[in-house]
Formats: sequence, C-alpha cells, structure tokens
Amino acid sequence: MRRAATLLALGVLSWLTLPVGSVRAADATPKPTIRIASEGSCIAPPEEMRRNHMEMLKHQRDRTLRQGMRGEKASLNECIACHASKSTGSVLGKDNFCESCHAYAAVKLDCWDCHQPKAGFSATGAKP
Amino acid sequence: MSLVPYSRAEERLFYVLAAVGALVVTIGLAAALHMEHSGHVVTGMTNQVVWGMPHVFAIFLIVAASGVLNVASIGSVFGKTVYKKRAPLSALLCIAMLAGGLAVIMLDLGRADRLVVAMTHFNPSSVFGWNVILYPGMFGIAAVYIWTMMERRMNPWSKPAGFAAFIWRLILTTGTGSIFGFLVARQAYQSAILAPMFIIMSFAWGLAVFLIVQAAMFRWNRMTLHPAVQKRMKNLLGLFLAATLYFVAVYHLTNLYFARQMDFEKFLLVDSEFAPLFWIGQVLIGGFVPLLLLYLPSLSMRCSSLIAAALLIVVGAFFTLYVFIIGGQAYPLELFPGMIVSSSFHDGQVEHYAPRLPEILLGLGGVGIAFLMTTIGVRVLKFLPEDDLAHLDQAAIHQGD
Amino acid sequence: MSHNDRRGFLAATAGLGMVALAPGVHLMQVAQAQTKRAAGEPASRLQRWGMLIDTTKCAAGCDACVKACAAENGINETVADPRQASQWIRKIDIKDPKNGRQHSLPMMCQHCAEPPCVDVCPTGASMKRADGIVLVDRHICIGCRYCMMACPYKARSFVHQPLTRQNPEVPRGIGCVESCTLCVHRVDKGLKPACVEACPEQAMLFGDLEDPNSEIARRIASVATAQVRADLKLDTGVRYQGI
Repeated sequence: MRRAATLLALGVLSWLTLPVGSVRAADATPKPTIRIASEGSCIAPPEEMRRNHMEMLKHQRDRTLRQGMRGEKASLNECIACHASKSTGSVLGKDNFCESCHAYAAVKLDCWDCHQPKAGFSATGAKP
Repeated sequence: MSLVPYSRAEERLFYVLAAVGALVVTIGLAAALHMEHSGHVVTGMTNQVVWGMPHVFAIFLIVAASGVLNVASIGSVFGKTVYKKRAPLSALLCIAMLAGGLAVIMLDLGRADRLVVAMTHFNPSSVFGWNVILYPGMFGIAAVYIWTMMERRMNPWSKPAGFAAFIWRLILTTGTGSIFGFLVARQAYQSAILAPMFIIMSFAWGLAVFLIVQAAMFRWNRMTLHPAVQKRMKNLLGLFLAATLYFVAVYHLTNLYFARQMDFEKFLLVDSEFAPLFWIGQVLIGGFVPLLLLYLPSLSMRCSSLIAAALLIVVGAFFTLYVFIIGGQAYPLELFPGMIVSSSFHDGQVEHYAPRLPEILLGLGGVGIAFLMTTIGVRVLKFLPEDDLAHLDQAAIHQGD
Repeated sequence: MSHNDRRGFLAATAGLGMVALAPGVHLMQVAQAQTKRAAGEPASRLQRWGMLIDTTKCAAGCDACVKACAAENGINETVADPRQASQWIRKIDIKDPKNGRQHSLPMMCQHCAEPPCVDVCPTGASMKRADGIVLVDRHICIGCRYCMMACPYKARSFVHQPLTRQNPEVPRGIGCVESCTLCVHRVDKGLKPACVEACPEQAMLFGDLEDPNSEIARRIASVATAQVRADLKLDTGVRYQGI
C-alpha cells in the first residue's frame, strides 16, 4: 500500500516536472485564457512583454509620478486600451487579460486597487 | 534553591493560559483581516482622528517594552545585584511587548500588505522612518542580551550588551516620543518635553508591568518576594511615578502659559469628554492612588499594595495615552486663529471618536501576543528571578532594616 | 528647446496676445500655452506651480470648485460616515467674532515648499515634484496616516473603503492617503486645475510662481496676499488675497 502510494507520488511528481512545451504537458496542463481583444503589435515582442511588463510599468510609473514624465512608451492606460475585454470593457474578470494570467501564475495584482481597470471609463463626481 | 518540577495541575494551567493567549491573538488577527479587507470604514477612525485605539495599545506596548528593560539596565549598567537577577525576565518582557506593539501598528496600516515597502523604502527625515530601524534593532539587542546572560560562555559580554540595550532603549523611547514631538500642525504636540516625558513614563509603566509579571510567576512557584527587594522596587516605582506626574504637570503648565495654547488646555482639562478621563483616569487612578498605595505607611509594606499600585499604573497608562493621542486629535486644527470657522469637513468642530470593535480587538490581540510570548518564554527557559535570600537577610541586618 | 528659451518664446507670445486680444481673454491663452510639456520631459524645478485665491470674490454659498474637483478626480464613492469621506478641496466659512466680518474660501493642499507631510513620511511616498506639486506616491504609501497628523491644513484624506469607479487618469484607492494633486494630470497637459476653471467668479488664479512675468507672480508682487499659517514658514504654493 505504502509502496503504491510512493510510486504514485513519484509518478505525479515526474509528470508535473515535465518541461513545459512537451507534447504531454501542452495537452494536460491548464493554461490561462489569453484573449486579446484588439489584435496588433504590442510595444515589444510577446516574449519580452511576458517577462518584463512589470519592470517596464514599474520604471515608467516612477518616472511619470515622481518626475512628471508623460507620454512614455509603457503606460498602464494603454495596456488597458488594447487588452480590455470587448464584452466587459475590463482587463479584470476570470477570462480577461490581466486577471486570467495572474490567477494562473498566482501573482497578486494590486494595480486595480487604485487604477481603473475599464477602458474608456468616464468617472463622475456625483454619487450614482 | 532549585525549581520544583511542574505538577500535573500546573502543567494543565500552562496550557490553559497558552490557549487563552492564542485565542486572543487569533481574534486580533481576524479583526485585522477584517479591517484589511473592508478598509478602515469598519473602524471608528476618521480623517480627523486618524490614529485611534490601535495606536493607544501599540504605543503603550512599545513604551512599556522599552521601560521594562530598565530593570535589566539597573542590574547590568549600574551593577545592582538584585536587578541583575531580574535582567533575563526584563529582556524577555521587552521582546514580547515590542512584538505585540509592532504587530498592532503594522496590522493597522492601510496597506499592511506592503510591509516590505516599509522595510525597503526609507525616508531619513521621518521620525517614523527612524523607528523602522530602532524597533527591529531593539529586538536584536534584547535577544543578544538574553543570550549573553543565559549562555555561560557569553557571560563576559553581558555587561556591554546590557549597556548597548540601555542606550538603544533611551534612543527608542526618544524616537517614540518624537513621533508626536515633531508635529508642528497640532496644538497638543510639538513639544521638546514629549521625548523625556515618554522616557519617564516608560520607566514607570515598564516597571509596573514587570512587577505584575513577577508577582504572577512567584505565586506560580509559591515563592514570596523578599521584603528588602520589595522595598527597593516599591521605592523605585514610586519615584518613577512621581517623576511622571511632574512631567505631565510641566507639560500642561507650559501650555497654559502660552495664550495660543489656552483654548486647547481648556478643552482638554475642563470642557471636553477628555477632562474626566484626564483627571480621574490619568491623574487619580494612574497617579495619586498608586502613590498613596506606595507611600502611606499603613499600606506601603504590603505586597498586595505594590501589585495594586502597579496594576493601577498600567490602567492609568491607557488613560494617559487615550487622552494624549485621541484628545490631541479631537481638538480642531487652527487654520485661522481667533476666527470662527465652519466647513463640510468639520473645520472648527471637536471630533468625537467612538472606537469600534475591530480596532479594540486588534489592540487586545497585541496584548495577547505579548502575553503568549511571555507565557511560553518563562515555561521553556529559566527566567524566574531567584534572589539570594540568605545574602539579602544578611544585608538587611547589616543596614539595620 | 530649453526652459528658458521656451519661457522667452512664451513671453513673446503672451506679449503678442496682449496686443492682439481683449484683456481677460489673453490670460487664459497664456496659461494654457505656457505649460504644455513634451513627452518624456520631466517636471522642471525652474517652475513652481501655485494658486492665488481672491477671497473677496469667493461667494459663501458657492461650491463650484468642490463639485468640479469631485467630477474631475472621480471622488464619487458613497461613504456612510461623512467623517471618513475624502475631501480634496472644501469651502471654509470664516467669521471674525469681534466685528462679524465674514468671508469664504476654498481650502486644499497648500503645496508647501517645505511640506511637513513629506518630512514625516516613513517611506517617501509623500513627495514634492520638481515643479512644487506635492503628491502621494500610492505605489509605496503604506497607509500609516502620519502625514495626516503632520498636515496643518487637514488637506489629506485616507481612503477608508474599496473604490471601483476611479477616473482612469486619477488613480486612487483603499488604504492610501490622498490629497489635492493640483490636477497634475491636467497641468502636465497644459490645462488649468479643474477648480480654477470652474470658478464662476474667476476668484482662483493658477500659474507659475517662479516666472516673474506670469499673471500670478505679478499679482502677488502688486497686491497684499497671505499664506495660511504663515507662522509655520512652510512657504505655501497656494496664496490668498483678502484674508
């Protein structure tokens, strides 16, 4: 019984550690739903964006806020403009661009505690 | 004298105490989570009274933590044997209360999840920023100090470690007092006297906490405090308490002397809801009654008087901080001196702070952390102060006491 | 084009404008043309944005500036306890008890040159931009509220609850402290702050305090103006006339 369990555990472990991209993993591993509403080219190739978007945004945010540089290449509002879902208008939501991938990667996002996640949202001053 | 092994009943009592402590801590953490999730809207804190109950608890714990270490300093820095025996317990209490206080302050932050930011971004001109260095430093020094006392081979280092702890704690309490002392905006604060006042208060509050914990441990071990030791600690507590009252008096008298501060003093000491808290809570319960307990000849030599005085001083400490922190913020900012002002943002109005359950539970959780750490600490390591009774008797006869 | 060049150029433009246009119209043109900054160019310490508020024109019952601020900055949440609600700008009614003289004025972040909030902030989230605008960097604000204790003007608010309906250009959210940004997102585009634009009496004048030719600098040089709590020597960027 115990041996069977060990074997099973080993099996699961080896399956989990199969390199991503191998035929088997591609079939069986759940992937984030990445739907890009507005197709076109981003400010950098997808590989670079996947790896470095947080660094780009972080440096840009500090320059914009603390030094007052506007109109930089990387901009959160521009991300939203392209990547917001056509149906909900937001980058948040289970299947939408930011949230689906971050949920998959288990990386907490606190951008949206302060930033508006909806494209073209116009805020009002009065209480609704 | 050797320790009697724990009986089964005592063992059970330990677990009960630990469980009670853990429960209080858990409730406090749950309250913090609730505040974190819903925002501070669930608390009584507002844009006028921005610091509330959590800060009363946290500042009590931090100030008392630095004060309790004074017991050790008297032993190591000033070479008093009676206090040397108490140094390990004093350092343990320092660590435990500091942990409790810091936990409360951290968990009350609007963005408690950004603790790393607080550690990695440092503004050298901020008194809070200095404290981000001073508080963890105190942990480290107190821990090293305990180590040098408990590990025989490290004993030679205990004196320098004790000295370092003594200096560090003075700076730390100066830092805590200066959080308020450097605030030019508000009538209640901005005074150089606040730093020394906090140091003196820390002496009194820390010693009071020490005496309470010591009494509990002695009772647990069916020991009694030697009259000579009791007398010394009693006199010291009385001295610290009198000095505290002196500083409070000077603080308010200087304010009363300045015409621009008159309205604030009238508000705090006469007109507002803080007046009874000040006179009854801070001055009477936390000041004069314990003084009488300590110095009235008919009461002063009883052990129970000393403990009662210590308990009252702790109660008074909470009144003191409540009046100081909340009262200082409730008084409106004076933008246009001498004018009557009104606005949609409550300018010119006294704020009425009503603490709500989550913030009180969070504060109590901090006390719980200190309690739990102390309970476990004294259980697993030897912190019990053991006096050389024969030597004390000798000394007492010698002095003709 | 360096700042000085631009300033010279703009002064010339302003001069032309003055000749060409009726008084009152040209001022707005100058204010708008003066401030547009190119992409990627940082705020300059050669400028210092400020405001001059003429309290003799400010009407007691009017809160157009407050409404405009709320609309511009998306301050639209419902807060059960009004004492926990954010107020970036508020109207204060002042009465002298000795002679009964009354007036009214808007109060907001005074954009001090020596801001106490920046001094006390443990992380450096409270900051002053090179051009004098005092801001909260919410990315590193931990919500300790020490700046609110330190501010003599009660200019800062703490966001007590989660927000969802922010203006995309004005991020603000739970657990952070916030205050008037002098509409920095508008100023960087060459526009005036929303409150200034909304004031029906033109009681609020926005401009560069460092530029001796600006309308605001000339007014401050010619009429009696005051800083609130001038005794603290914070050198505020918002000045008042008639208090």
